[in-house]
Amino acid sequence: MISSNLPALQVVVPLIAAPVCVLLRRGTLTWLLAWLASWSAAAISIVLLIRVLDQGTISYALGGWLAPWGIEYRVDAVNAFVLVLVSLVGAVIVPYARTSIGAEIRSEQHYLFWTAYLLCLAGLLGVTITGDAFNVFVFLEVSSLATYILIAFGNDRRALVASYQYLIMGTIGATFIVIGVGLLYLMTGTLNLADIAQRISEMPVDRPLLAALAFLTVGISLKLALFPLHLWLPNAYAYAPSVSTAFLAATATKVAVYLLLRFTFTVFGKSHVFDDLPYGEILLALSIAAMFVASLVAIFQEDVKRMFAYSSVAQIGYITLGIGLANTSGLTGSIVHLFNHAVAKGAIFLLLGCVALRIGQPALSQMAGLAKRMPLTAAGLVVAGLSLIGVPGTVGFVSKWYLVMGALEKGWWWLAALVLLSSLLAVVYVWRVVEICYFREPSKDLATANEAPLSMLIPAWVFVIACVYFGLDATVTSETAATAAKTLLESLR
Amino acid sequence: MRGDLVLRVIAKLLIPFILVFGLYVQFHGDYGPGGGFQAGVIVAAAIIFHALIYGLPLTRRAVPEWVVELMVAAGILLYAGVGVATMLLGGNFLDYSVLAHEPVHGQHLGILLVELGVGITVTGVMLIIFYMFAGRSRSPHSES
Repeated sequence: MISSNLPALQVVVPLIAAPVCVLLRRGTLTWLLAWLASWSAAAISIVLLIRVLDQGTISYALGGWLAPWGIEYRVDAVNAFVLVLVSLVGAVIVPYARTSIGAEIRSEQHYLFWTAYLLCLAGLLGVTITGDAFNVFVFLEVSSLATYILIAFGNDRRALVASYQYLIMGTIGATFIVIGVGLLYLMTGTLNLADIAQRISEMPVDRPLLAALAFLTVGISLKLALFPLHLWLPNAYAYAPSVSTAFLAATATKVAVYLLLRFTFTVFGKSHVFDDLPYGEILLALSIAAMFVASLVAIFQEDVKRMFAYSSVAQIGYITLGIGLANTSGLTGSIVHLFNHAVAKGAIFLLLGCVALRIGQPALSQMAGLAKRMPLTAAGLVVAGLSLIGVPGTVGFVSKWYLVMGALEKGWWWLAALVLLSSLLAVVYVWRVVEICYFREPSKDLATANEAPLSMLIPAWVFVIACVYFGLDATVTSETAATAAKTLLESLR
Repeated sequence: MRGDLVLRVIAKLLIPFILVFGLYVQFHGDYGPGGGFQAGVIVAAAIIFHALIYGLPLTRRAVPEWVVELMVAAGILLYAGVGVATMLLGGNFLDYSVLAHEPVHGQHLGILLVELGVGITVTGVMLIIFYMFAGRSRSPHSES
């Protein structure tokens, strides 16, 4: 009974745990419940991934109403991979979060934090697993609304403004997505993604179809912070509590990227809409702009969290670059970078949370001499930083390798050169952190600081070790990503 | 508004009828226009009406904040609980047909419970938003 209902349980477990948190109200109890729910979600997603790789696509009819009339949950190699990513990150962060939110959020609000956290997790998993266009929108709003709350918990007053800014931008994005979905529904009379794909493949290209593609692309791009629609991201990441930043940086934009993949390949892949449309070229240009502009801006940031927030915008550029290339290597690079960037950024923001526990949110100058006082934290930052640059032996190298391969397969050596060149910009901002942490005398803020407790260091280091482990032995991640890329490319004409 | 006798008497007369109408919309939703969302809004409107006429402190005594918060969570749990029950009975999530011996009865029961969950949560959410806004100007520090 349980095994056949796993696709529903993937979303339902965190969704039920969230209101139970409101009923429990006690900080510790809700934390334990969140722990239980997120670890079960992770276990479910791993089982689903294994089953998908073994037996192919799983389809689950919600309420027993068969697709295309009912809502279908459809798990293939692509979203099984994203489900594992999101739920694993969610699971690793929960044990870390207790001490961290204890320092950053008032204790009577802890149960609300966990409610928002679980709702966000349920929403992100729901967006990923569902095969129904309107359901995508609903879950996107569930996760987004929870995200605004998670950001607003920050104890800096600017957190509220950042959250409000994201609320406005996110709502515009969601509205665009629902307009796009509405147009598709108007054209095809169905909301099931596979059914839409099949129907628009037989249609001539006309204006509503183009408008639907445009609305969906812009809406999703707002959500994934594609340059120049990234303006909400730096403030949101900088002023949110450390736990929220780590969770959102590692999951929320990744799920939006998944949506872009799903719509451009699975849904619109077979239609003629791309015939005279320089879609890939537009995506490539914006990705290259993101890689360079955001990295350059990151170099000049004083606030460390803001610096790495801009670095996220740049890294998202690498992910969309592979989508623009639309060949097997490029797409594999994109999908594997979803995972690789998630572990690297997860590690960095969790480690910055360790620093924040001791001295509050650090400006770069306050981190002087970090290596002498918190050696494990500083070392972790270096490893994760190296993986942002893409040094061999870290995960960043694997994804950039595939991206460069993808560019070379197309014969675009200049693009390969640009990827490498932009990595040099990452060297600059990572070096600024390393230089300050290792070659300065401890700042007066750090004078009495010591290492954060193990309950925070261990989860952070799980990500750091993942950075290296999956950099040295990339078989699991890159093979799964390659399967996912093949699945997506098969749906192209 | 304390001195305004007409308003107070009319409110006292109207509120029970608004609540009954809310229940009608709630439970007649299977057959006609209506359902949990609309009913939830109507019930919440009755309580907000009470607060406008008799003042927030009295309303808070009648419908305390913890009850409202409980409603927000309980409604979703009822909804999701129906889904879990259908899974335990061997159907898919929210497959109401397995709830009773006959699929049609099962569908009736399922939609009734699920809409009740929606109604409870919507009432709760409307009220909690109202309490937040209405309470803010009075005592900015005692809130939250």
